[in-house]
Amino acid sequence: MARIIVITSGKGGVGKTTTAAAMAMGLAQRGHRTVVIDFDVGLRNLDLIMGCERRVVFDFVNVINGEANLNQALIRDKRCDSLYVLPASQTRDKDALTQEGVGQVLEELGKGYDYIVCDSPAGIEHGATMAMYFADDAVVVTNPEVSSVRDSDRMLGILASKSRRAEAGEEPIKEHLLLTRYSAERVQRGEMLSVEDVQEILSLNLIGVIPESQAVLNASNAGIPVVLDTDSNAGKAYNDMVARYLGGDVPMRFLDAEKKGIFSRLFGG
Amino acid sequence: MAVQIPTEGATAAAPAFELKASSFTLPVIRLLSLDMDTVETQLEAKVDQAPGFFRNTPVVIDLSELAQEKGNVGFPHLVGLLRGLGMIPVGVRGGGAAQNDAARAMELAILGDNGRSGRQHAEAPQQSGAEPPMGDTHGDHPPVSVLVDRPVRSGQRLYAAGGDLTIVGPVSSGAELMADGNIHVYGPLRGRVIAGLKGDIGARIFCRSLEAELVSVAGHYRVSENIPTDLKRRSVQVFLDHEVLRIEPLG
Repeated sequence: MARIIVITSGKGGVGKTTTAAAMAMGLAQRGHRTVVIDFDVGLRNLDLIMGCERRVVFDFVNVINGEANLNQALIRDKRCDSLYVLPASQTRDKDALTQEGVGQVLEELGKGYDYIVCDSPAGIEHGATMAMYFADDAVVVTNPEVSSVRDSDRMLGILASKSRRAEAGEEPIKEHLLLTRYSAERVQRGEMLSVEDVQEILSLNLIGVIPESQAVLNASNAGIPVVLDTDSNAGKAYNDMVARYLGGDVPMRFLDAEKKGIFSRLFGG
Repeated sequence: MAVQIPTEGATAAAPAFELKASSFTLPVIRLLSLDMDTVETQLEAKVDQAPGFFRNTPVVIDLSELAQEKGNVGFPHLVGLLRGLGMIPVGVRGGGAAQNDAARAMELAILGDNGRSGRQHAEAPQQSGAEPPMGDTHGDHPPVSVLVDRPVRSGQRLYAAGGDLTIVGPVSSGAELMADGNIHVYGPLRGRVIAGLKGDIGARIFCRSLEAELVSVAGHYRVSENIPTDLKRRSVQVFLDHEVLRIEPLG
């Protein structure tokens, strides 16, 4: 059976879709058969970040409703053979996701894949609870600021009580904390929560810290998961995160403010 | 099909109300005596212990112990007494026919029996005469202590009915802990904590690092803003001392 990973946060705009794309690509690049599913029905974005928006024919809701089969809806990534994308529908709303339908799709996918990455919509309503219900692992994406931290905390409470594992009394979902948009300079100036602050509030296993980087925006605009931009700090940090998820012992990077020279100031890191 | 009632001017009038059913937990005052003067003395003493708990609280009068009594309950006196103590009597239950009529005359609702009157009768002999004639809600279930050994997250609510609540882990801001007895928190306490929920003035809160949004014992509470800074992030206990909520460092 595939391992189901949900990328979630509660708050919007913290980098869930970027993380889902990076995580899926990172796992696939290491040879694992991976599918990434967009649960944000009505506000789909994953196809853009993955650069496959012009190849969408059928979507997740079509499959749930039996209007298309999985193979018709899955889009194979052009850069990596073992990565597939299941896009969301832009014309329906999140009520189209039924627990039964989602369960069936995940079960079918589970037979042919090693990892299923679920990109959760923001909020704690139906779409988000559907995305996390069947999960085995959760990556909670958090920005180092108080409202994001509190929303993540709320999401962790829901993960602990309303998932399939919780309802069946099985081993709980394995939760990981991913800090994104981290700026060591701003932490130093006291404008942002530090890694220690966030970990103290959430008391959670830290799987990675992604530095604030122009590379993320560039990658999104170009439809290339940032993990492929191995020259950028964000790309390196996402690669570290995937390695840590797979059990590698990789030290954290980019936690300290670096003294920048004039050239790196001009051309970015 | 609903019948369309034509309304002048408005073709599609927005509904002005919704009819919904909802259940509430109310304190029940189980009368054990018809002597209203005794009831008054003992009730005043009880209310004095936790005035905040009874202020503007709707209460139900349980007559199941007195249903066989021939004497008059004296509703006008009783209702006046309860109102005077800040409570809002809303109804009676378990009374005889004559008692129900008298209650109706005082505009009290007649509430249905919850089917547990037999059990309550069985428990009645245990109530000693020295006890105030309060509906002792602790008697409804045996004291149960609850232990939680994982973090309590924002938005989660935990309630230990009739006993103590112990948390071995952090309690996040936005989480709520309630217990009829004491509350113990061994991680940082950042949420809201309510001990002695049903008015037990002996209940206490113990914590290793006080960063709570609100602490309350038997209806007396203090919000974070009113907790002295020198007590924050310290090991403390919170308890009632002559109706004053006190926060004292431990050790």
